[in-house]
Amino acid sequence: MIEFETVSKTYPDKTTAVASFSLVVPSHRIVVLVGSSGSGKTTLLRMVNRMVEPTAGRVLIDGEDVRDRNSVTLRRSIGYVMQQGGLLPHRNIAENVATVPMLNGVSRRQARAQALDLLERVGLDKSLWRRFPSQLSGGQQQRVGVARALAADPNILLMDEPFGAVDPIVRRELQDELLRLQTELGKTIVFVTHDINEAFRLADEVVVLREQAIVAQQGTAAEIMAAPANDFVRNFIGTEAADRVLSTQQVNGKTLAVDSYGRPVGLLQ
Amino acid sequence: MTWLRLNWPQVLQLVGDHLALSLPAILLSILIAVPIGYLAVRLRWLGKPLLLTATLLYAIPALPLLIIIAAVFGFSLRSPETMIAALTIYGVALLVRTAADGFDAVDGFVRDSAIALGHSPLVIFFKVDLPLAVPVLISGIRVVAVSTVSLVTIGALIGVSGLGFFLTDGFQRGILGEVVTGLLASVALAGLLDALVFAGGRAMTPWVRVVDSQPKLGVAK
Amino acid sequence: MSSFSQVLAWLTDLSNWSGTTGIPIRIGQHLAISALAILLASLIALPVGIAIGHTRRGAGLIAGAAGAARAIPTLGLLTLFGLGIGIGMTAPLLALVVLAIPSLLAGTYAGIGSVTPAVVDAARGVGMRERQVIWRVEIPLAAPVIIGGIRAATLQVIATATLAAYISDQGLGRFLFAGLKTRDYSQMIGGAILVIALALLAEAVLALIQSLTKTYVAHTRA
Repeated sequence: MIEFETVSKTYPDKTTAVASFSLVVPSHRIVVLVGSSGSGKTTLLRMVNRMVEPTAGRVLIDGEDVRDRNSVTLRRSIGYVMQQGGLLPHRNIAENVATVPMLNGVSRRQARAQALDLLERVGLDKSLWRRFPSQLSGGQQQRVGVARALAADPNILLMDEPFGAVDPIVRRELQDELLRLQTELGKTIVFVTHDINEAFRLADEVVVLREQAIVAQQGTAAEIMAAPANDFVRNFIGTEAADRVLSTQQVNGKTLAVDSYGRPVGLLQ
Repeated sequence: MTWLRLNWPQVLQLVGDHLALSLPAILLSILIAVPIGYLAVRLRWLGKPLLLTATLLYAIPALPLLIIIAAVFGFSLRSPETMIAALTIYGVALLVRTAADGFDAVDGFVRDSAIALGHSPLVIFFKVDLPLAVPVLISGIRVVAVSTVSLVTIGALIGVSGLGFFLTDGFQRGILGEVVTGLLASVALAGLLDALVFAGGRAMTPWVRVVDSQPKLGVAK
Repeated sequence: MSSFSQVLAWLTDLSNWSGTTGIPIRIGQHLAISALAILLASLIALPVGIAIGHTRRGAGLIAGAAGAARAIPTLGLLTLFGLGIGIGMTAPLLALVVLAIPSLLAGTYAGIGSVTPAVVDAARGVGMRERQVIWRVEIPLAAPVIIGGIRAATLQVIATATLAAYISDQGLGRFLFAGLKTRDYSQMIGGAILVIALALLAEAVLALIQSLTKTYVAHTRA
């Protein structure tokens, strides 16, 4: 369980990234922080592994203030996946995945063997292990990023727009893969994105943020879609946009879902 | 050619002397300039004055610098120490900027993710920043190696032994072959060191060749 | 070695500041031969650099020249020319011209090459002739980098002009070589200080000019 207790972050130049934010992330759940740029969502994420120190409030993991933990060992115990992979370009794929176990003193041989298993687990061919990151596609790089984050078997996974840099088709594949992994692994995942559809697809709980990380609405995808709390949320999820407002239409005995332009988008069963 | 045939033992001897001055200076330059370049990038407030100092040091002409170093440090003008100190100053002045550029070019995402994985600052320097800066560092070290070898010849003017001796001695005695030998030997030595540094750099950075030679399968942007 | 006060005494001795071999005359010679060398080298290197930058053909020549310039010992070039041409102004002048060319070429080429291709395309698009593209677009936009090349070349020429005194009776280097020969260390160190001061002054002036053109170009771009 991760708890944000009225955390805020103000920089020396007086800009406020996070005003006063509280949230409980239950264990084994995916909580998605969604907001546009400047909403402070990445700042919040980085408070968990102390890459950003809050100027007020505190972050607790299983009841323990992260500030009482050594930042380096804390980070090794938390998986982190970032946009563009952040893979080390001078290490091959297996070495990248084995980074944290090796930092923790696991033997090279054991870390390597474990890395190969992890590659398979995230849907990559083992034979890719000798390649350098630049020799993989964007989607493959992100899978390696996920494998690396899982390598030390952390309880917590922080994901900072991990699929933001790949094309929509690959993004869907990666999202499906993440959901599949989560049913197997049951990690506590904090996921940051600006894509509301991604948030709705992945989240057990969605937190819609406005500027300075003010919570506009919090709830399941269905709750938010059914009852947007205010205009900001309505606007953000595009409830009034033509492709969100669906109606049904009977065609040859089938019930089609159509958007407000009359374009068919799905089939009701 | 005749001159060279008659004098090649001396050529070898002076090549040795030349290397004995160049190699320590090149190594010292690397050892001093790389940490300074790193500091210049990591501590922004320190960066500007450091790089300005490097530019000014490099602007000082070599012969006067030799004389001043001898005077200030109390070395004998003809000692190898004077020569190596001057060469190191130039080497550092040349390399600091390149080193700073090299460290500056390390992808912020890569650094961040290394921090997120729990690398300590020292480990990040040795395992992330330093290896990733190697290609740029190598290009700078090649420049330092070549210009150091060329600069050592100036030592002949103050009586430090090296290939420059052929230049001054040949000039005073009017032997064209001797001057040409000195010049070509110095150029060849510079070329040799350059090639060695280049080859060493290639061997150290297998991931760079991969990027150069293979089309990317997909680009994450 | 001499003490600081002896050096100071040499530098402030009025007799060293007068006559045909006095400090002002030597400074004048030093500057004159440097300026002449830069001028001659510019006449050759600037048009060639602009042509290579404009056509983007022959870049290998630039890299080769820059590499050679670093590898060839300046003293070797001076003594070689000195032997071939004889004592006098011509040998050191020629050597300085040869040494200045690579920096000038590199700066000019880099400057012209750095002009955004879209801007050059647009200039052609509005109907400029090639000559006009070069004079009205590429050269003005490349000016700071070209001046950077001139700055590097000037520094090198001023430094090497010191060594030129080894093969001719020219410039501030005379004090260094005369001092070395007669073990008059005050004269030698005094001369060294003068050369360093001259080099740093030239560096400062050229850096200023470069930053002024940079500001100017930044304004015209904005």
